[in-house]
Amino acid sequence: MTVIEPHVERDHVPAPDDATTRQGRAWKNRLFKLAMLFCMFVAFGTLAVLLVDTLVTGWPALSSQLLTGLPSTVAGEAGARPAILATLYLGALVLLFSVPIGVLTAIYLEEYANRERWWNRAIEVNIQNLAAVPAIVYGILGLAFIVRGIGVGRVVLAGGLILTLVVLPTVVVASREAIRSVPDSIRQGAFALGATKWQVVWRQVLPAAIPGMATGAILALSRAVGETAPLIMVGAITYVAFNPTLMGPYTALPVQIYNWTKQPDADFQVLAAAGAVVLLVIVLSMNAVAIVLRNRYRRQW
Amino acid sequence: MEAPRIDSGRIAEVAHGLDRAEVERREKVFSVSDLSVAYHGNVALDGVDLEVHKNTVTAFIGPSGCGKSTFIRCFNRMNDLIPGAKVSGNVLYHGEDLYARDVDAVEIRRRIGMVFQKPNPFPKSIYDNVAFGPRVLGMKGSLDDRVEQALRQAALWDEVKDRLKDGALGLSGGQQQRLCIARALAVNPDVILMDEPASALDPISTTRIEDLMHELKRRYTIIIVTHNMQQAARVADMTAFFSVLVNEEGGRRHGILVEYDSTTKIFTTPSDKRTEDYVTGRFG
Repeated sequence: MTVIEPHVERDHVPAPDDATTRQGRAWKNRLFKLAMLFCMFVAFGTLAVLLVDTLVTGWPALSSQLLTGLPSTVAGEAGARPAILATLYLGALVLLFSVPIGVLTAIYLEEYANRERWWNRAIEVNIQNLAAVPAIVYGILGLAFIVRGIGVGRVVLAGGLILTLVVLPTVVVASREAIRSVPDSIRQGAFALGATKWQVVWRQVLPAAIPGMATGAILALSRAVGETAPLIMVGAITYVAFNPTLMGPYTALPVQIYNWTKQPDADFQVLAAAGAVVLLVIVLSMNAVAIVLRNRYRRQW
Repeated sequence: MEAPRIDSGRIAEVAHGLDRAEVERREKVFSVSDLSVAYHGNVALDGVDLEVHKNTVTAFIGPSGCGKSTFIRCFNRMNDLIPGAKVSGNVLYHGEDLYARDVDAVEIRRRIGMVFQKPNPFPKSIYDNVAFGPRVLGMKGSLDDRVEQALRQAALWDEVKDRLKDGALGLSGGQQQRLCIARALAVNPDVILMDEPASALDPISTTRIEDLMHELKRRYTIIIVTHNMQQAARVADMTAFFSVLVNEEGGRRHGILVEYDSTTKIFTTPSDKRTEDYVTGRFG
């Protein structure tokens, strides 16, 4: 019979624990806590100041006129209806294009791609790099290939396509994350029942990954809705006094806000702040939906 | 400090499986010859020959790393799903080669069900868990009847009949495992493979699963991997003892089948010294 002897560190010297060192430790503890509180305040404080300042500045112009009116050279008569509508159209287009493409790409990479093949690894690295490309670069690309190349023109559809390119990597990464969080035991269990690969992915993996994918898609969408630079690049013109159509000229809310801030008349600054409040409300409520989705469908495996 | 010894005499007492002659009179379900499995070229299991007969329980026992789980996954080609896994040799299922080129692994898994070590119910309702198999296979007939029948066979019906629409993840571990058994039964399999089905369960749930196996044996052929020798003795008619062979040069190790015989024989008068050492607790 083997006798197992417990392994004991014999030359381990316990740290001195007199009153001074104990006090020192308590101090460090407090100091570190303060540093953390300060950092948190920087992040949270900035957001709070931003929100309050914008709200206070824009308050006088926050009216139904802003939501339903058309742009005007007179600040008191100007509204942002075309811009708001175009932003909603752009958001819908981004969802329409980026979700199917992003989700299918993610399914391919997670469930079908053989990591031992170089082209699959190349695609992965590529997608990660695409996520880091500045949005203005997508704008230039869109101008060259979509607006002029295919000749779509400076229309809502072109804007939607550009924004899709901007957020696609984010959607892919979030969807992959969601698919990867589905435990392998689920796939094995389904395979063991005689399900085909397609049935396993379609009936088990996807339904289990949908909450995570939806969260990622909404967060990507809220980013797209706030983008300005690529839209300016592909010609979201700033003065549109009619409701946008899919194949017609347009402006977007961030572009409209940017334009108002450039006006010399101080009343337009107020209008810009009010527009910013509207944009913030749209973005924050989308984020709220994402958070609710995530909490509601969080699973314990 | 003395290591706890397993009293093989007491294990032998609980062994009450069929005798070998009776087992071999029954129809041959699997006939394995010279089977080897390698992962990325590293041999995990080598040179296994063994036969499994209809309406019997066959147990695979052995120390960790002896390849018993690898082996059981050869019977429904679950090793196909592991990148780099290569199975060579022959597995005949009712006389047909499971690994023949024209055999579809999906088709095999419809007839050879599997229950895993950790209960893995789908994150759906109890009903949908059991109904998943019949649904993906497009089975005809009343789904409700099928679900009820499977749950009854798995001795779970009475506990869940009033909450079939509740989530399966809310069940206890033992109930989840019986649900997984019901799920496997719902597609009317011929064989059920169980890979350490009770190792994550408490003793009471374990007893229920073992009782269930005695019941299921009448209709199905069962193969079970277990690290628990008492369990093998309690449920199995035939027992295969696997061990680890350490290759002198390079220190490579792989699993081999040491002895395969009736459970009573394995636990009372094994013919191999290594088996005797293992079942008497001198090794492993």
